[in-house]
Amino acid sequence: MTRLDRIFKSLDRPALVTFTTAGDPDHDKSLALMKALPGAGADIIELGMPFTDPMADGPVIQLASQRALEAGANMRRTLEMVRAFREDNQDTPVVLMGYANPVMAYGFEAFAKDAADAGVDGTIIVDIPPEEDAELRAALSAHGLSMIRLITPTTDEKRLMKLLDGAGGFLYYVSITGVTGAASANLEALEPHIETIRKHTDLPIAIGFGIKTPEDAARMGRVGNAVVVGSSIVENFKETQDVSAVADQVRALSGALRP
Amino acid sequence: MTTANSLKNEPDERGHFGPYGGRYVAETLMPLILSVEEAWNAAKDDPAFWAEFDDLAEHYIGRPSPLYFAKRITEHLGGAKVYFKRDELNHTGAHKINHCIGQVLLAKRMGKTRIIAETGAGQHGVATATVCALFDLPCTIFMGATDIERQAPNVFRMKLLGAEVRPVKSGSGTLKDAMNEALRDWVTNVHDTYYLIGTVAGPHPYPAMVRDFQSVIGKELKTQMQEREGRLPDTLVACIGGGSNAMGLFHPFLDDREVNLVGVEAGGLGVDTDKHAASLAGGKPGILHGMQSYFLQNEDGQITEAHSISAGLDYPGIGPEHAWLFDQKRVNYVSVTDQEALDAFQLCTKLEGIIPALEPSHAFAHVIKLAPTLPKDHILVMNMCGRGDKDIFTIADKLGVSL
Repeated sequence: MTRLDRIFKSLDRPALVTFTTAGDPDHDKSLALMKALPGAGADIIELGMPFTDPMADGPVIQLASQRALEAGANMRRTLEMVRAFREDNQDTPVVLMGYANPVMAYGFEAFAKDAADAGVDGTIIVDIPPEEDAELRAALSAHGLSMIRLITPTTDEKRLMKLLDGAGGFLYYVSITGVTGAASANLEALEPHIETIRKHTDLPIAIGFGIKTPEDAARMGRVGNAVVVGSSIVENFKETQDVSAVADQVRALSGALRP
Repeated sequence: MTTANSLKNEPDERGHFGPYGGRYVAETLMPLILSVEEAWNAAKDDPAFWAEFDDLAEHYIGRPSPLYFAKRITEHLGGAKVYFKRDELNHTGAHKINHCIGQVLLAKRMGKTRIIAETGAGQHGVATATVCALFDLPCTIFMGATDIERQAPNVFRMKLLGAEVRPVKSGSGTLKDAMNEALRDWVTNVHDTYYLIGTVAGPHPYPAMVRDFQSVIGKELKTQMQEREGRLPDTLVACIGGGSNAMGLFHPFLDDREVNLVGVEAGGLGVDTDKHAASLAGGKPGILHGMQSYFLQNEDGQITEAHSISAGLDYPGIGPEHAWLFDQKRVNYVSVTDQEALDAFQLCTKLEGIIPALEPSHAFAHVIKLAPTLPKDHILVMNMCGRGDKDIFTIADKLGVSL
């Protein structure tokens, strides 16, 4: 059983997925934050691989990418960060989120191998749809990594079947048509979509985009197996530069998901 | 119609030109991209669609654009006979209007009620704002903050035409950042908005579709040259940013293997420096803006900033069909520097009374090198894809003249 399977099987409440950008504002601070997240209540860690042109991200995560790159972040260092995290955490799943070009430049096969070696559990590559993912899919599968697919409000049932083919770990439901950090979705609009997805798969569903507060998290936790919080964590860390301030925020988010 | 061994069979049904092209977009956009493709496939086989396009091309754009024999330049260079395909005489002053008319007709067919576009030099933005005025559609143009500064006349023109010009400050504030921002807007307004992409780039079907609209340039040239010289030209030269005017000029000639095709990239301060926009000369294959193609990037796959004196060529990528033709060696890709383009701009203006845009000034800079090496019966055609009125402030600045 993979770490991702284990966490979803073991929890009797929605999981909290926290997003931070690897190397923001620099390698050491980013690693210190990553190490503090599970203790504060993060059940799954989503780590952004910095990219110069993050087309699906709003300004908060765009700027985080820029800060990380200016501080010398690159793919090798992102994987080193996961390796360092795994030195004292064997249980919390880590998924890498990012864009195609840095992965292609590293090489799909080398990326999957080195990511698996470092202790990564799955990847979300935003701009590689199923039509173009043959190489990525083969590499991830050869090294036991889950290919986490995005489902969106524009996904119809026919497209859903295509997305489910080869999907693993969990499904990431993008709750709004928009970029990260935008306004939050309305639960009533969301529910029928989630029900449709559940008719076709047993994979856990994480809901993301626009979830900022513990109240948002609690609301989305009613329909999702997990909620993803990104921009508001990234923004808090940028403003406070303080791991314990972010840990407090994560504790509040996590608390909102507990019965 | 497909013929074996033809270079005109690309792309395949999923939009691949060899390994390039394809559709690399966020999942939210995939259903929309697929519906653009479906609408385009229906439109391109519909005579009524082309009848409307042809009518507007003739009476609104002013097509066919003239084929002009540049006698004084030919004498000055002392080699090949130099012709200009005069797409700078189009309404709005560049070739961009060709694919804007085509795409706005498609957007109407799809029932879209809002248009967005990115622009670099502002030529595509002006052309988009123009067709949106014509068809009474609201439009938002994304333009890098740096480009807004160096292309003030076009910004004002777009606003006069009723467009909203949204400055993009992220990244280097140039064309690639404007394209990122347009994609972000599209993801957000996926239900009512059509993204009118300004070059032969982006996810399938855009590279093939924009090429098909721009191919009017090469098709006209074939007919005109037959009338003028009774044969095919020997060499075609066009500048390349994303590559729309070059693709439109070259495509009808791809299977005429005896015709030399030359694409001119923007060499900035030199392709051996880090300040240029020559994706083929200085880049490598990668994925950005919905396509696989050549991009300027570092070893970690981070996109590097392009540099060119010409805002329209200042893009770190190139259309996927060019990437494929480069690998196939069907087109010879070269580059010229900012300075060479500047010198060419002045020579063309003085000898022919034609003020070229900085973009085709790059093509002309290569013609200046190439024509003298060719025999007098060699026919060379350069695409004069835009007029230079928009660039006079940049030129004055470079020449140390204050206006």
